[in-house]
Amino acid sequence: MGRTAYFRGPVFLVRDAADRDSPGLAGFEQRIRVELVGPAEEVGARIRLGRPVDGSAKRRRPARVERLPSLECVQTRLRLLGDGPFLVAAWHRAHCTSIDSACVSAALAVRGLAKRYGNVTALGGVDLEVAEGELVGLLGPNGAGKSTLVKIACGLVRQTAGSAAVCGAPAGSIGARRQIGYLAELFRFPGWMSADEVLTLHQRLSGSSGGERERTELLELVALREARERRVEEMSKGMQQRLGVAQALVGAPRLLLLDEPTSALDPVGRRTVRTLLEELRARGISVLLNSHLLSEIELVCDRVVILLGGRVTAAGTPDELSRARGIELETDAGTRLVAGTRDDVPRVVGDAIAAGERIYGVNVRRSTLEDVYLEAVGGETD
Amino acid sequence: MTSVLTIVLYGLQEALRRRVFAVVLALTLAFLVLYWIANRYVFDHIHNVIPPAGIDARTFAAAFVFGMAMFGTLFLGVVLAVFLTLGVVRGDAERGLLQPLVVRPIGRSTLLAARFLGAASVCVPYTLFVYFAAMLITGATGHWWPDRIVTPAFELAGAVVLVAALSLLGSVFLSTTANGIAVFMLFGAGLVSGLLGSVGHALNSHGLIRAAKIAAWAIPFEALYQDALRAITASTSGLTGFLLRLGPFGGAENGGAALRLWTVVYFVLVGAVTLAAFRRRDL
Repeated sequence: MGRTAYFRGPVFLVRDAADRDSPGLAGFEQRIRVELVGPAEEVGARIRLGRPVDGSAKRRRPARVERLPSLECVQTRLRLLGDGPFLVAAWHRAHCTSIDSACVSAALAVRGLAKRYGNVTALGGVDLEVAEGELVGLLGPNGAGKSTLVKIACGLVRQTAGSAAVCGAPAGSIGARRQIGYLAELFRFPGWMSADEVLTLHQRLSGSSGGERERTELLELVALREARERRVEEMSKGMQQRLGVAQALVGAPRLLLLDEPTSALDPVGRRTVRTLLEELRARGISVLLNSHLLSEIELVCDRVVILLGGRVTAAGTPDELSRARGIELETDAGTRLVAGTRDDVPRVVGDAIAAGERIYGVNVRRSTLEDVYLEAVGGETD
Repeated sequence: MTSVLTIVLYGLQEALRRRVFAVVLALTLAFLVLYWIANRYVFDHIHNVIPPAGIDARTFAAAFVFGMAMFGTLFLGVVLAVFLTLGVVRGDAERGLLQPLVVRPIGRSTLLAARFLGAASVCVPYTLFVYFAAMLITGATGHWWPDRIVTPAFELAGAVVLVAALSLLGSVFLSTTANGIAVFMLFGAGLVSGLLGSVGHALNSHGLIRAAKIAAWAIPFEALYQDALRAITASTSGLTGFLLRLGPFGGAENGGAALRLWTVVYFVLVGAVTLAAFRRRDL
């Protein structure tokens, strides 16, 4: 009897060949990404296309069953499926008892990463991890090493020391580049190309077989559908930046590396990108977002990493990073800030009432990401 | 293979849309028309010329004019090759065009090889076309044909391909403008070495001849051009042959099989250095 193992998140079911026809696939999510554990040549997979797993009996009646011989085939097939409802069952031909979360490669794993340009240290030993489906914001003043880190992750720059891996493959390797989408801080597309031609070029280079359907979907995602045939040189900077985001999404990458994706966008464009990032997270795509816009990072990111002088000075969720600044009391005597946290509110209010004050408002104040950032970088700008 | 083809087509499409081909075509047409006029003028009056004893006026005039056309062909081919390659790495990286392509799973060496193939696939047919067009013009108007027809054509094409490879190498280290200047200075150096060789032969100076030969072999596109010049009058002897070997824009020198072998080795070395440098380059 083969064993099954299921993990909420990106990696899922592994059973041995003897058990491959078992229909018991409870617990699957609608949006799913498959990662098979073990050497590709020992892996087989079957994809069941059906309804989302919502407890209904319909899930036991797959619309289609496909047999795919290798990990690569599975990945290619899943890209074609997009985020539609489907179930995935995969099995090892060899013995495979179970998998655990340690088998799951992070979308991006950076260990002791260092980069020196002559005497200048751009990165001085950075540890960073972006989990599957996680949206991590990278903050720091100019020259902190943010772009260098992103460039190492996508193989444009070679590290001096340490390691960087994308979905388990060394950064810069062909295997790693198959998994990433990248938007550079300073990029340009050939002015003579149309938006559609740019995406077609990148589809061919990334091996995507999404065709026109993928191009249309991507242009819609970045609100450029009407500009499909427009030449890049006829587009505004903001439109080009949105096209850049669409280009980065060609081939359904697992990890998206965005270096200042909203720097040239107006508020509406920024909102479009923000909505898009939330949509990507919902699809399970990991994102490393490098931006100077703290409000943007605070709004969309699961975790924030602040770099200064090539080192991580602060990291955590926005909630973890923000600290209690006190309790703001609005009384008949005016507004004042009292030391304490949310737990202290009843006591503080009680004390004020006991002292004969009339309370008109209570507000627990926490430091914003901007406060945290400024504290972390010490006001440094360059 | 699909990636290579995609990049090749991308390079060619860029040249087409940026009207590089249109400019080169216009220049080529102007060159061929002027060349035809020059040939008509020369051969309409050749029977009035009384040359010094031992010189065949028609052969001398035709081979000399066609030698100049070969230089023009080489120059135009080099212009095209340089236009197609001078900004492939650093130039495109500085403009932000290269990074989105390099992060795709195609490999840097594939990208570079494809850009080179794109340039070569245009430059070789172009050089052959201009060479044979010039030859037909001279043959039709002057009733003279080169002693060897095919070898010089391919040597010129090889010279252009070599310049394209050098331009690609330069593009890894230099900005677009600097690379353009560097490649044309290299081309100029080749021209000077050829003229130095002519002076050496005229004065029978072994030192000058040796220096010119070393310089030409250091940049083998010049040596290939000189060998091609030599090939068009390979069977011409006497005073006519001697004078023709002084050649227009550099002397005619027999390079032989050793030169062709050296060219291949040189090309492989340039290619290897370019690939190694591009792989190590931070973008």
